[in-house]
Amino acid sequence: MSIDRREFLKTLGVAGAGLTGVSALGKSKPEPDADEFYAILHDITLCEGCQECELACAEANNLPEISDDDYPDSDIKRELKPNQYTVINAVETSVGEVYTKQQCMHCAQPACASACLTEAMKKTESGPVTWEEGKCMGCRYCMISCPFDIPKFEYDSNNPKIGKCQMCFDRLQKGEVPACVENCPVGALTFGKRSDILREARNRIFDNPGTYVDHIYGEHEAGGTSWLNLSPVPFEELGFKTNLETKPYPELTKGFLYSVPSVFILWPALLMGLREATRNDDEEGADHE
Amino acid sequence: MSEQTLQDDYAPTQNIWKFFKSELKPRGSVWTVFNMISVPMVLLAAVIIVIRFVYGLAAVSNVTQSVPWGLWKGFNVVTGVAFAGGAYVLTFMVYILGMEKYKPLVRVTVLNGFLAYTFYAFALVLDLGKPWNIINPIIGNSFGTSSILFLVAWHFMLYIVAQMIEFSPAVAEWLGSERARRNLKRLTIGAVVFGITLSTLHQSGLGALFLMAKGKIHPLWYSEFIPTLFFISSIFAGLSVVIFQGSILQRVFSYQLDEHSDERHNIMIRGLSRVCALSMFAYFFLKIIDMVHNHTLGYLMSPMGAWYLLELIGFVLIPMLLFVYGVRIGTPNIIRLASIMTLVGIVLNRMNISVIAYRWDEIPRYIPTWMEFVVTISILFVQIWIFRWVIHRMPVLRTMETMIQTSNIER
Repeated sequence: MSIDRREFLKTLGVAGAGLTGVSALGKSKPEPDADEFYAILHDITLCEGCQECELACAEANNLPEISDDDYPDSDIKRELKPNQYTVINAVETSVGEVYTKQQCMHCAQPACASACLTEAMKKTESGPVTWEEGKCMGCRYCMISCPFDIPKFEYDSNNPKIGKCQMCFDRLQKGEVPACVENCPVGALTFGKRSDILREARNRIFDNPGTYVDHIYGEHEAGGTSWLNLSPVPFEELGFKTNLETKPYPELTKGFLYSVPSVFILWPALLMGLREATRNDDEEGADHE
Repeated sequence: MSEQTLQDDYAPTQNIWKFFKSELKPRGSVWTVFNMISVPMVLLAAVIIVIRFVYGLAAVSNVTQSVPWGLWKGFNVVTGVAFAGGAYVLTFMVYILGMEKYKPLVRVTVLNGFLAYTFYAFALVLDLGKPWNIINPIIGNSFGTSSILFLVAWHFMLYIVAQMIEFSPAVAEWLGSERARRNLKRLTIGAVVFGITLSTLHQSGLGALFLMAKGKIHPLWYSEFIPTLFFISSIFAGLSVVIFQGSILQRVFSYQLDEHSDERHNIMIRGLSRVCALSMFAYFFLKIIDMVHNHTLGYLMSPMGAWYLLELIGFVLIPMLLFVYGVRIGTPNIIRLASIMTLVGIVLNRMNISVIAYRWDEIPRYIPTWMEFVVTISILFVQIWIFRWVIHRMPVLRTMETMIQTSNIER
């Protein structure tokens, strides 16, 4: 035999995997290290709710301006919109009014990107989760999957976009920091490599006993995110989602995806076997309709 | 009957266009109650669809940022696919297990499945924001292979092809080509095996779509068993459609059936009822295990819990018992009632997972507009139109021989 057994099995495996469309599961390239992504820290104890980040975000992304009567107020909950990628909300807590900032969390292993069937949502090497208009078909499965409910859809457009923070991907390419970070007047936002940012956050908790709760939101949430938050009160009080998984969300579908190739190989063999076994003896050889 | 007489008597090969033209003409009265309701409705839906593509989804639909999948996805796609599950179950029984007695049901069920899938694909396109980009995951310039939706979409497409092959011999007979029929028939078993495999995966895959929505779907409905539950429920959902649809076909197309068909039909639906009852029992049992395993029993005392119990007891357990009872005492009407209740239960379950219990805590709630309902129902209507057109003309419920005999008598 000219083909040896191992070679043959390998070919068979590749052909089978191609057929089932899950060949990418056996990724050969290593997963980018979550700690080496860029990350941003929002220190809620420092934030004054001035909305400079919102304004800078709108300008950097060519979004409509924020109107003057739209400001953080603890009586209302301001929401992200398809054309507003970040919002500041005022929250009344046990230590007085504090300000939270909401935007895409840029998960290390994002649910939206693994949900996307066209790879329009993508986790880039440097950290931002980006959306590519030319690939998106508008199925909104990313919205179903996102544990933070971040992607927003332009329902009132006949050529709708998905709107969400891209961590100023274009600016990062040019070596600049995201617009919100650059324009924060009080230094509530810190940008850097995720490992450095995590260390910085831990230092602040350690150095200022009593100022922060001992929890960096985003360190483990959804398997780790590129946005990290420090808070003076438990995050539950701020309305952050605290019922999240600590493992990455794509893990939830892994078991199912792994079972696909097995079913694809086993079922046809089993079905053909069953068919042969249930045939009547007198039919054998005859042209069975 | 030989090939020659088939062609002479029925399908003229000389002038195929004339033949198509004559076949396009409606048979029987156009002014039926069904047509009086469905035609204006479909026209209205066409207008709504135009508005939707000119002004965007918000002009006709109430879907929100937090509940992005509404009636069209939840009913036409997620529920509809479960309803179309009868085709793979029946082909499994007949072609794989060799249960010849169910053979008369295969063609009509496959036809129904094929039409259902085609129209649900259409419903999906309506709901897409950028439908022209649907070619991206097909032609391969951007394969999102880690996506369950990618898998489901591909299996969906391939299964439509498999069903087309399974049904094609009937088309060949209609066109009077014996050779084509014989060749297409050879493909049947391959299409059946492929089709059952694809169905297993995409029926469960539709459930797996919601695995990442953990925390967004009410804990009573969210489960790591969702794929398995979707698969098992597609068995009794599909068969219930076969039973329910059969009882209507027996009346509407009675002219195509002989005097023994009622009796034969009752024997078949009794057999299918047994399969329904057993798979419903497995489903019910798995649901209980799931509740115990996930410690969700406590939620049963809440309003959502009552809604859950209505679905599980009222529309799974009770129809299951009715199936058993109906088979015992042999009353087709009880079996029919059980099949209708089962179908309601499937609608409840699929709508709960994709729409109602999805972000159940969100205020305001998503409530579909009347326009969404009109489109949803119109899609079913058009499907019924084509279904009716095919059954009147092709050998689906009856054989080609009996068709030719009756057409000779009419002449």
